[in-house]
Amino acid sequence: MKYTLAVLVENKPGVLTHISSLISRRAFIIESLTAGYTEETDMTRITMVVEAGDEYELQQVVNQLSKLIDVIKIIDLTGQDRIHRELALIKVKATPADRAEIVNIVEIFRAHIVDVNKETMIIELTGEESKIDAMCELLKDYGIKEIVRTGRVAISRAPISAKEM
Amino acid sequence: MKISGAQAIIQCFKQEKVEVVFGYPGGAVLTLYDALYEANFPHILPRHEQGAVHAADGYARATGKVGVCIATSGPGATNLITGIATAYMDSIPLVAITGQVTVPLIGRDSFQEADITGITTPITKHNYLIKDINDLPRVFKEAFYIASTGRPGPVLIDIAKDVFAATIDFKYPTHVNLRGYKPIGEGDDQAIAYVYQELLQAEKPLFFIGGGINLSDTSTILRKIVSHTGIPVVSSLMGLGCIPYDDPRNFGMIGMHGTYAGNMATTETDLLIGLGVRFDDRVTSLVDDFAPKAKIVHFDIDPAEINKNVRAQIGVIGDLKWSLAKFYEMVRKRPADEWEKQVAPWREKLLSWKLARPLTYKSDSKKIMPQEIIETISNYTQGQAVIVTDVGQHQMWTAQYYHFQRPRTLLTSGGLGTMGYGLPAAIGAQVGLPDRQVICLSGDGGFMMNCQELMTVADLNLPIKIFIINNQCLGMVAQWQRKFYGGRYAHSCLKTKADFVKMAEAIGVAACRLESKTDMPHIINEVLKKDGPFLVDIRIPEEEDVLPMVPSGAPLDQMIMGG
Repeated sequence: MKYTLAVLVENKPGVLTHISSLISRRAFIIESLTAGYTEETDMTRITMVVEAGDEYELQQVVNQLSKLIDVIKIIDLTGQDRIHRELALIKVKATPADRAEIVNIVEIFRAHIVDVNKETMIIELTGEESKIDAMCELLKDYGIKEIVRTGRVAISRAPISAKEM
Repeated sequence: MKISGAQAIIQCFKQEKVEVVFGYPGGAVLTLYDALYEANFPHILPRHEQGAVHAADGYARATGKVGVCIATSGPGATNLITGIATAYMDSIPLVAITGQVTVPLIGRDSFQEADITGITTPITKHNYLIKDINDLPRVFKEAFYIASTGRPGPVLIDIAKDVFAATIDFKYPTHVNLRGYKPIGEGDDQAIAYVYQELLQAEKPLFFIGGGINLSDTSTILRKIVSHTGIPVVSSLMGLGCIPYDDPRNFGMIGMHGTYAGNMATTETDLLIGLGVRFDDRVTSLVDDFAPKAKIVHFDIDPAEINKNVRAQIGVIGDLKWSLAKFYEMVRKRPADEWEKQVAPWREKLLSWKLARPLTYKSDSKKIMPQEIIETISNYTQGQAVIVTDVGQHQMWTAQYYHFQRPRTLLTSGGLGTMGYGLPAAIGAQVGLPDRQVICLSGDGGFMMNCQELMTVADLNLPIKIFIINNQCLGMVAQWQRKFYGGRYAHSCLKTKADFVKMAEAIGVAACRLESKTDMPHIINEVLKKDGPFLVDIRIPEEEDVLPMVPSGAPLDQMIMGG
């Protein structure tokens, strides 16, 4: 099963090394990991999607990560009422003949066209992973040149912040 | 008043009550060494950086204080790695200080540059790279705090060369502020109450103790619990000495080379109470069949140890100082005779196993058996010496046949299994405990891996007694080759023209070879009484096995027995 963890860490050099080293050393399976600034300048938030066989396995991931000195807090968002999103940039082949159809698809998915040239278009799409997967599936027919995805970011809908949980 | 970074480090040492450092100079730490010289700070010079880190480790294990070692950048730093990993696996508090190339040269593959924080990330509790002198006092404060609190471990501080020379208005922080590091001292009282309830229901309770008892210095309270309740105790390699060898409730080591009674008890117990153990595979063997009839209770300071290798019905997370004291309060309220009524039949069962299948070996009229050597040393030292081993057969014979009486007296690389640990760790132990008898028991393989440290022993005239249990081969490797590889001794033979006695004498350590069985007891006795260092090379039969033995992948009750 996949679990979504919000990992609050000190915004210090070497933090990501410590985290990635621990993940590989303990043979944890991480599907995605995304990091960025937060509401506090000295804190970074990492959203991690972890594949774990059961609760015990997940607990090991959480416990081992918690041992890292620079990890301030870990919140399991899996069971919680939450919003999660991913952003994708997709470069798709777009001949003049296909353009109209692609624009249609983009509108249906509420995506944006952020760049166009003679041969390709770049589409920006935000949503849950399944939505991005679905659009990629449709765009395949036109020829996808390149995909970049950010990995999941997630936030709880509770009225308090993760660090207060 | 402004002082240099190097002088600031000496101040940090003083603040942390560091009594001695083990180190090896080099380009990147020249400024630091100049400050050590200026301050006349106690410093031990081994002959290899690996010697420095193992010595700091031995010092820490023997004294309970934080061990400190220093190495230069690049190769100096990388030579520490085995020692840091050794300390990490056994949770030993160390602060390792390495020099780094100057800040402008970092990342340019400069001379003697190695990314030591990157390299040591998986084998340190935490590590730092100091590029700004203003971070130095805080980092040292944090490093000593992290190394010595919670579950102890090694911390590495890498310091750019220019930081040693930069100046600072030195002020040592009074406390640390680490949002992400709050070691658990006192945990949940309720969990201990649950354990007590389970214990009242149990017919066959068993304490399984480990290195955590040594690290937390809780041997005294443990002995009180055991003596009041009469519950039998088994131990991992790292827990030996926490209960006296001859205590009637002690049934020795369990695991791959554990005692018959210990392994059978683990198989039959209905309540296994693990205290400061981590259920290593050398103890559990086939983990799915470990303590198959038992509820498992696990006391540990590290929450990540609970349910890591075996599932525990109850986890008691917290410092053993807290949890064992609470536990003792509960058990002592019940009269000893009630405990005795509850556990005596079970303990009798263990005793019957012990009497039926004791640790045993075949004696020989001419040959000196390794087990006899250990027993002789044990007798003459009354189990009171600080014993430092290498890794392999002699290590297991030591665990089986030395009658440990006190905690922190078996210094051995249990987790990593580092050959070459013994001699330098013995140096650290002797430096830390100058008035105690320190004995290094080594093999002819492991001894060679850090034999350069004989020079350190000689030059400091440390009264360490070194016994090389010499079977002219890599004994444990050969044992496995004999048992599982059809006796094909692939490169495990160490028959050599070299002469350990001459080697020791050339370096300045008095030595002798022991070949005659009749001479053995009195020579060992004489050697142990000598003032200075002494090395004894003892030839033993090449094909002696460490037994009992649980083949890897088998459950604990399937032992190959000896004798």
